[in-house]
Amino acid sequence: MAKLKVDGKEIEVPDHFTLLQACEEAGAEVPRFCFHERLSVAGNCRMCLIEVKGGPPKPAASCAMGVRDLRPGPNGEAPEVFTTTPMVKKAREGVMEFLLINHPLDCPICDQGGECDLQDQAMAFGVDSTRYNENKRAVEDKYIGPLVKTVMNRCIHCTRCVRFTTEVAGIAELGLIGRGEDAEITTYLEQAMTSELQGNVVDLCPVGALTSKPYAFHARPWELGKTESIDVMDALGSAIRVDTRGREVMRIMPRVNEEINEEWISDKTRFIWDGLKTQRLDRPYVKKDGRLQPATWSEAFAAIKAAVSGAQPQRIGAIAGDLASVEEIYALKRLMAALGSTDIDCRQDGAALDPSLGRASYLFNPTILGIEQADAALIIGANPRYEASVLNARLRKRFRQGNFPIGVIGEATELRYDYSYLGAGTDTLADLVAGNGSFLDVLKNAKRPLVIIGQGALAGEGGAAVLAQAAKLAAAVGAVTAEWNGFAVLHTAASRVGALDLGFVPAEAGRTAADIVASSQVLFLLGADEVDLTRKSGFTVYIGSHGDNGAHVADVILPGAAYTEKSGTWVNTEGRVQMGNRAGFAPGDAREDWAILRALSDVLGKRLPFDSLAELRRKLYGDYPHFADIDAIAASAPGEIEALAQKAGAMAKSAFASPVKDFYLTNPIARASAVMAECSALARNNFKAAAE
Amino acid sequence: MSVRRLAEESLQPQGFSFSADNAVWAEATIRKYPEGRQQSAVIPLLMRAQEQDGWVTKAAIEHVADMLGMPYIRVLEVATFYTQFQLKPIGTRAHVQVCGTTPCMLRGSEALIDLCRHRIHHDPLTPNAAGTLSWEEVECQGACVNAPMVMIFKDSYEDLTVEALEEIIDRFEAGEGASVKPGPQIERIYSAPEGGLTTLTEAPTSSAGSSAQGSAQPGVSLPPANAGRANADAEETDPKLKTPATDKQGAKASADVSGENADKAKE
Ligand code: SF4
Ligand code: FES
Ligand code: FES
Repeated sequence: MAKLKVDGKEIEVPDHFTLLQACEEAGAEVPRFCFHERLSVAGNCRMCLIEVKGGPPKPAASCAMGVRDLRPGPNGEAPEVFTTTPMVKKAREGVMEFLLINHPLDCPICDQGGECDLQDQAMAFGVDSTRYNENKRAVEDKYIGPLVKTVMNRCIHCTRCVRFTTEVAGIAELGLIGRGEDAEITTYLEQAMTSELQGNVVDLCPVGALTSKPYAFHARPWELGKTESIDVMDALGSAIRVDTRGREVMRIMPRVNEEINEEWISDKTRFIWDGLKTQRLDRPYVKKDGRLQPATWSEAFAAIKAAVSGAQPQRIGAIAGDLASVEEIYALKRLMAALGSTDIDCRQDGAALDPSLGRASYLFNPTILGIEQADAALIIGANPRYEASVLNARLRKRFRQGNFPIGVIGEATELRYDYSYLGAGTDTLADLVAGNGSFLDVLKNAKRPLVIIGQGALAGEGGAAVLAQAAKLAAAVGAVTAEWNGFAVLHTAASRVGALDLGFVPAEAGRTAADIVASSQVLFLLGADEVDLTRKSGFTVYIGSHGDNGAHVADVILPGAAYTEKSGTWVNTEGRVQMGNRAGFAPGDAREDWAILRALSDVLGKRLPFDSLAELRRKLYGDYPHFADIDAIAASAPGEIEALAQKAGAMAKSAFASPVKDFYLTNPIARASAVMAECSALARNNFKAAAE
Repeated sequence: MSVRRLAEESLQPQGFSFSADNAVWAEATIRKYPEGRQQSAVIPLLMRAQEQDGWVTKAAIEHVADMLGMPYIRVLEVATFYTQFQLKPIGTRAHVQVCGTTPCMLRGSEALIDLCRHRIHHDPLTPNAAGTLSWEEVECQGACVNAPMVMIFKDSYEDLTVEALEEIIDRFEAGEGASVKPGPQIERIYSAPEGGLTTLTEAPTSSAGSSAQGSAQPGVSLPPANAGRANADAEETDPKLKTPATDKQGAKASADVSGENADKAKE
């Protein structure tokens, strides 16, 4: 700890703090452009100048000077810095004046207007007039991809974007070319950026040089309603803020959640919103004469009632989709139980996760934050870059700190960090379990090894054996101890852990979602579009928000609400229970899914015992108390992993392939989004697009 | 300086590779840097690529990046930062870099630039019609004593007049650049006086006793000269002088004077 005085106030801060952080600790505001807590220090904007007593007689860049570098006074007094002296004021005004020399005065047509650091700080620390009569410099705009729009006249060369893409996203694609007045930010030959996290440069850019292309000229920040919520594009549950105008979602921004997404979100999370407006199911449909035709709610319910009463109870099936919230899955489960069926499943991909093995067997036990403590990792059948981009950034963060060997079994793809490729599938895993291979020693020597198992390894016939073998390996290398549980199942679906917690799986062991689809006389699809529906035989009811695979084969469509249009609970891959909030209402006649199920149950004569969401939650919390602990992870028992390891049997030979084939098109909302379609086409084309 | 971009696609050659000699040299250069720091070789390698091809092509940038395991954008950053790297084709026989900094300007470099404008091309960094010559204005090349001067590839030509430069350009254009003597173009050696020495013209003699000045008596040794020693009685080196460092009280008193007329009060 180091002692120092900031503006006369004495404080104590850790040794590694910069002066800027120390000033902040003391409550003194220091303006800055280039400094960012999560990026390396560049020290090139000079906005953070402060006065250091006893230092050289000039202002010092507080972001680039550590508290350790301060010298104490002649009699050992604590070193002193000032942020309010005339010297500091003059320095700030000077820096601001230089920055504004070349900055265009286009705030009225700039998308950053209203949330621009330069605007705010010019108001707070600048002078009100200009002494500059020359022409401003002009910079050509660059094409850097379909998501980020550039207006390069506005760039102040803070290089935050360059540092973010290189350090966090792991792509060395943005750079600062030229120098001095002619410095420009660009990608090499204006190629599109290839990162799944590139949208974050929009937030990082302190000015309006990099803005969101799809959002361009759509709205002003002060006219937006802001709702804090939870993302469902992957199983991380990143913290987001949904900005709406009227009932329309205008954009999605990240919120800070150190435990999950720090302050990053993936491009799918950020740019999905145009998909919320297209392909929407806004009224019920019933199939008549081989064609889906608009109908009223009562007609739709009557059609379902007819089908259900004609079916054997055991042959009524239900599949929960990847975006469904805990509340509606719970309602569906109770309805199915009331109808006398146990043919329910949430594992659309056929992953062999079994809630009866205990919660630890399907959670990312070490937690996302825990990745930073791990000292070796083995990734089995997962591609975290596509399956959980933000978690991948956390792996990269740990990787950059050094001493973090990573091994991969599965597909050898670009993951944004170096790894040793061990093999393609079960043979390699069996080898490791049998005690061979040099990577085994790496894991054994690690104090807190991490074993990440992806859905790609668990899908299909042999999935259960792979899960058990992975557990055996984890136990053998000491990844499961009283203090550290490194057994980490990486999910791809936001609803999955919650549904497994609810036990939304068939009573009959070994039965899969595909079996249910094939054998059901009446099939309920709760937003389930990923399961293969070509083999469906019976009457199909689709409850969901988008006209996608499920709606195409449905006999009755009940329009539901998308994730921004309902209050719901989701449990992320770590087992963290989080609640999302409603930012707007579903379009047309669409209703919240739990309410649809409640109304349907009434028509079917099996009325569910709740009339409001609050009542539903009370019942839910009674049955499953851990859902009441919002933002917490219920402790799971490491013993479950050991028990699972005991089950390890022979694995059928197979190679692991990630279930996420196209990052941009993993769910119905994404498939309805034009922006995602463009990104996907670009990625398929290997990012070769003609620069506009 | 102006915005520096890669040459347009039509000028870019298909590929790049170092000649056999240069490849050996490049390997050796890379090896000079400690393990993990090989990327430091990027500037020498780019420079050698420029010497080989005349300018830094896109293919060369990518080749060097691949050799050093660097992302292309990082090499592009370096290549665009240093104006010494020519990103567009320049004259194949001569690229005349005219120094335009103050000493050279005072000695007539503007006339040299005018000459280049007429003789080579109106615009800098643009080859003449035949592609053999080009010119640009550069900052001080460190030969100010022999101003004005130009630099052509690795040699400098100094003490120029318009006529002398025109002659040099002609010879380079004819492909006889190698026969032009680098250095001063007037009668002098390096920066020694024009037309021969004006002092110290006598042959040096061996003994101090028989010095040419003849002021010392035979047998009396001379005291060591004080030339080159610091003058200890200069005012600013007087240790008794009161500075803020030695006279804390005085310094404090004068620093304490503040307000509107502080400057006057101190006088
Ligand atoms: S584009 Fe934005 S983030 Fe990047 S250097 Fe310029 S001002 Fe900074
Ligand atoms: S914030 Fe310190 S120099 Fe930019
Ligand atoms: S000014 Fe021309 S060489 Fe120095």
